[in-house]
Amino acid sequence: MRPEAPVPAMASTWLPSVLDPAGPYAQPVTTLAWALFIGGFLVLAIVIVALFIALFGSPKLKSRLGGEKAIWIGGFAFPVVVLTALLIWGLWLTSHLSAQRLTGDEMRVRVIGEMWWWRVHYLDDEGREIMRDANELHIPAGRPVLLDLEAADVIHSFWVPRLAGKMDMIPGRTNRLLIQADKPGTYHGQCAEYCGGPHALMGFVVVAHSPEDFAQWQASRRPAPAPEGMAARGAKLFLDSGCAACHTIRGTPADGLAGPDLTHVGSRRSLGAGILPNHAGTLAGWIADSQAIKPGNRMPAYHQFTGEELRAIADYMASRR
Amino acid sequence: MMLCACQAADLQSGPADREQVALGREAAERLGCGACHILPGIDWPQGKVGPDLHGFADRAMIAGQLPNKPEILTRFVRDAPSLTPGTAMPAVPMEDGEARAIAAWLRSLHAS
Repeated sequence: MRPEAPVPAMASTWLPSVLDPAGPYAQPVTTLAWALFIGGFLVLAIVIVALFIALFGSPKLKSRLGGEKAIWIGGFAFPVVVLTALLIWGLWLTSHLSAQRLTGDEMRVRVIGEMWWWRVHYLDDEGREIMRDANELHIPAGRPVLLDLEAADVIHSFWVPRLAGKMDMIPGRTNRLLIQADKPGTYHGQCAEYCGGPHALMGFVVVAHSPEDFAQWQASRRPAPAPEGMAARGAKLFLDSGCAACHTIRGTPADGLAGPDLTHVGSRRSLGAGILPNHAGTLAGWIADSQAIKPGNRMPAYHQFTGEELRAIADYMASRR
Repeated sequence: MMLCACQAADLQSGPADREQVALGREAAERLGCGACHILPGIDWPQGKVGPDLHGFADRAMIAGQLPNKPEILTRFVRDAPSLTPGTAMPAVPMEDGEARAIAAWLRSLHAS
């Protein structure tokens, strides 16, 4: 029996993703990029032909190429016309990418860049916080989402190539970016501004749902029921080992704010901020020694657990859905 | 096919086995086994929670407790606690075929 077709790893989808836009805020960037590639190629072709004429052409052609008329047309009129047209077309094409003109129908989310993960605050229409999560953003397909982008420490840059261009996250500022996915699916993101240490391992996942699935997802955002069996043992170890100093699990005494909110960690598509598949196995590896996986990240390696204890905590994490 | 370059064990292996080995390597990478193990050909992650699995095919024992046989290994990679209750290695959600392929891959890893 063959295993299911593999979900492509991030590395294998990264290259084409920027040329494979999935929404109205990414499409114009790609269109413009192709126009520049093709236009640049055509101009290069003209220059090469001119160079050939200059080197190997008949004396008549050479004198025409060096004549006053050729200079005025090729050296002045052509660039002025082409570059002006490109500027006007480019500005027109990308005018709606700016978050200056909003319809009020946008879903709102605040994303805060941290070294080296993402805090996600879902907001209501008035901009009040209604739910906290981390490293993963759930949106309804076909609806624009207005992101308030902030940074807690250093400059980061929010980039989900298939949904929009990059936008810097700057401490002390709120930058706004619109994204939209036309179809349900999973879209990878990546911090695009070097932010120290494991910057390259600061990934992100956007999950776009159909409107019905999105309503279901919203309804499911209640803390998971109290753990049983092995996971219950893990819950006690979680509190006794100091995990709660940095992590929140709503509905429990764990209310730390330094690290990602883990209320729904078991339902996330990825672990470690968009970098690992998320299951009990990778969770155990992360808890015991996240420093080997993402060197320099702020969670220390926890070497004190027995094998069973480590599995119990991993089970508890996986059960927080 | 390039018999001279192959090791003795590979001489008996048919194309189906090679396909299994390739599938197993791909599944191990996709499932993130590297979160705990250093694995040949997988650059990242290189976890150190569990053993380095270079040369695993030449080891007599799995986890120092079980004979290194295909059927046992297939069960172990998927559900280690059912065979070695004190282990830190959790049951990892995967398909039957993936477990078989990963076991085939591990059993192809000879120390060079």
